[in-house]
Amino acid sequence: MSVEAPPRPATPMPPDGSSAGSRLGGLLLRWWRRLTAMRTAIILLFLLALAAVPGSLLPQRSLSQNNVRQYFADHPTLAPVLDDLYLFDVFSSPWFAAVYLLLFISLIGCVVPRALEHARALRTPPPPVPRNLLRLPDSGELRSPLGDAAALDVVEEELRVRRYRVVRRDGARGPELSAEKGHLKETGNLVFHLSLLALLLGLAGGKLWGYEGSILVTEGQGFCNAFQQYDTYSAGPLVDSGDLSALCVDLEQFRAEYEENLTAASFTADIRYGAPSAEGRATTIGVNDPLRVDGDRVYVTGHGFSPTFTVTVPDGTTFTDLTVPFLPSDPQMMASEGALKLPDIPGQEEQLALEGFFAPTGLVQGGLLTSVDPRPLAPQVAIFAYQGYLGLDSGLPQSVYSIDRSQIERGRLTEVGAANLAVGESLDLPDGTRITFSGVKEFAAMQFSHDPGQVWVLGSSITLLAGLLGMLLLRRERVFARAEPARDGGGTVLTLASLTRGGGESGSRFAILSDDLRDALDAPDAAPTAPEPEVPPRD
Amino acid sequence: MIDSSLAELSDNLFSVSVALYSVALLAFCAQLAFGRRSVRSRELAGVGGGPGAPTPPAGQEAPETAQGTRWGLLGMALTALGAVAHAGVLVTRGMATDRLPWGNMYEFATAVVLVAVVAYFVLAVRQPSLRHIGVFVLGPVILAMVGIGLFLYTEAGPLVAALRSSWLGIHVSSAILGSGIFLVSGIASALFLVRTRRTAGEPGSGGGLIDRLPSAAGLDRVAHRTAVFGFPIYTFAMIAGAIWAESAWGRFWGWDPKETWMFISWVVYAAYLHARTTAGWRGRPAAWINVVGFAVVLFNLLYVNMVSTGLHSYGGLD
Ligand code: HEM
Repeated sequence: MSVEAPPRPATPMPPDGSSAGSRLGGLLLRWWRRLTAMRTAIILLFLLALAAVPGSLLPQRSLSQNNVRQYFADHPTLAPVLDDLYLFDVFSSPWFAAVYLLLFISLIGCVVPRALEHARALRTPPPPVPRNLLRLPDSGELRSPLGDAAALDVVEEELRVRRYRVVRRDGARGPELSAEKGHLKETGNLVFHLSLLALLLGLAGGKLWGYEGSILVTEGQGFCNAFQQYDTYSAGPLVDSGDLSALCVDLEQFRAEYEENLTAASFTADIRYGAPSAEGRATTIGVNDPLRVDGDRVYVTGHGFSPTFTVTVPDGTTFTDLTVPFLPSDPQMMASEGALKLPDIPGQEEQLALEGFFAPTGLVQGGLLTSVDPRPLAPQVAIFAYQGYLGLDSGLPQSVYSIDRSQIERGRLTEVGAANLAVGESLDLPDGTRITFSGVKEFAAMQFSHDPGQVWVLGSSITLLAGLLGMLLLRRERVFARAEPARDGGGTVLTLASLTRGGGESGSRFAILSDDLRDALDAPDAAPTAPEPEVPPRD
Repeated sequence: MIDSSLAELSDNLFSVSVALYSVALLAFCAQLAFGRRSVRSRELAGVGGGPGAPTPPAGQEAPETAQGTRWGLLGMALTALGAVAHAGVLVTRGMATDRLPWGNMYEFATAVVLVAVVAYFVLAVRQPSLRHIGVFVLGPVILAMVGIGLFLYTEAGPLVAALRSSWLGIHVSSAILGSGIFLVSGIASALFLVRTRRTAGEPGSGGGLIDRLPSAAGLDRVAHRTAVFGFPIYTFAMIAGAIWAESAWGRFWGWDPKETWMFISWVVYAAYLHARTTAGWRGRPAAWINVVGFAVVLFNLLYVNMVSTGLHSYGGLD
């Protein structure tokens, strides 16, 4: 089982004139052996590490589409080339997959035979005593006045106390004893490597059957778990969008608390959740504390403000409670930007839109609004009002947080007013429309996640760690002894040797075993020839 | 909320520990300078020779003068004092802010260096020949401390909301422990590489500092043992981080830069452990892998926190 063990038998060479098929078979077998060799594993591990590097140095789509877009803008010639090489999607690229699949196969190829062999080894007795015991790294001779069988009895007793498995055999030169302990080390090794396989399978399962959706929810609003409702979502290829768990969440209240120096102390959301038509149960979730129901999780991943406007059009119709989330552009002071679009005002030709800047605690200097506190102590908005055609039905997707500049450039949309407003203040447009900043609510960025693989991943991580500890901290030891009658008359010469794998110095343990045996054998004149260990510590 | 006199004490202890380490460094230098007997060691390369290797010189150190031993002991004592002050930096900061003292990069990096110093100290107590590498441990330690003080210093302050979780204690503590131990392992492997380059040529020729290093086999063993000790801790740190990420960020693994680099260093150390047990790779190739691991851990500590932006950007350096 040792890595230094003799190489596996050489591939049998196909005899001359053999069929192409068997030659191909030989070739495949050779490749398979090469793939499952330790040194291949080392190289593949290195490749895996190397392959992950660009994924952290270049922006990744899976982390931030925006950063990738920015990179394209900054490096217009280089970016498309990198993109062709999947360098913005490293962790889902074919070459990354190739490396870990090869590693996966190599791992199977090395672990499965090992597991079978280990199962066999667990049932076979320790191997016979090697011919020349004194050649082993830890070895020595002891003399005893006892007879050979009695002397071996003492050795056996001493080893059984140390929880060795002991087998006695009759050798050509006298009775022999083989003892072994520490199969757990090998078991640990197998558990570790098998857990690694299980972990990868769990990971793959999560990728195939998992999904995730994000949505901004303003206080008083809610959402149900359906892809159409989410602002963005991603789903594994085997997710059936009809099969999503039926869960709805309403955000009742969101609270952000701050320390004196304005460090964010906690974010909590009071929510109500349940099946679509049910009354729902109330609970509070927050940072580090998601809602967990039946394999689904709901998180608060961020927050911000949704200013509320009231619009009264010239014919007297009033639209109240027009609430839109503004995206924080300064996470420290929560200054935010957003837009309100009113494409369908009954009885009005023109569409109306507001674009603006929100400050939870506003300070106007030189006509410019800034935010000086992330708490909504004195909310203000700076808005620009536009009338005309918004281009929403042009077929091109638009951001809901800004208006389409190209419509302004084309003269289809014109600015008709601008103002800094505190709560309750209004802006009157030339056509008589009145826009009032009526208040502010908080919104929570919420995320719904479903990952059926993650319990498997957790379970295999735990067994992985247990296996790792067993493999690294335990040791495997074999002790051999042979008793021969002393040449110069009475008594027995006992030759003793041990073989250890893993776990630090073996010399000191062997010396202690020899000392104990010498005492037990009552042979004070014999001295073991074991090399003295350089350092005393035992571990 | 923040006890400013304790915070100030913490900052002062930082300077005290750097000063003590510097004097300790001088003592270790003196040990190397005065400790050498005129008899050149005639050690053979003991590369890969295990503890029971039959060549007796492998594992034995050149004899040392009483004066050298005294300097070495002084260096050890000063290192211990420095480490006490160093621990004091973190303890007083924790008391000043009433939280675990690893909420930002200044605190985290300071703790990693402390682990490295303590790991080295424990090893050198158990194996006196390792006192000779004091210079090579304390040199980088002092450089790191000065760098941390100059570039990473952050005022004592409260934790941001995301870090207020018991996983901070579990994940970050184990990451600090693992990284600190790996740093010592990397230094041992680097010295092993220096040592074997020498001994591979003419044994004992040129003499000087390199002959005063512990034997190649000894260095290799220290490197391997520390890596074996650090690896499960680091693995645990990664698992704990994934569990925390699951409740904090909505997924247990997302290839955030910090996660990616932790994964890379984990894989490199797995490769090192494999190489150590693979014929044809043990010895210098394995040591090189360990040195690469060292570089990756450092890179993860510094670059990823300072330059890249990710979810782990709690460094307090903006
Ligand atoms: C792909 C094929 C692989 C093979 C053939 C393989 C084989 C082995 C063998 C034979 C050992 C025992 C070494 C010993 O105890 O002396 C071992 C140990 C180990 N393996 Fe693997 N392994 C493979 C993949 C992996 C992977 C992918 C990882 C982790 C990323 C890994 C991590 C480890 C670790 C940490 C050890 C402990 C080394 C030690 O005992 O010091 N292995 N492996």
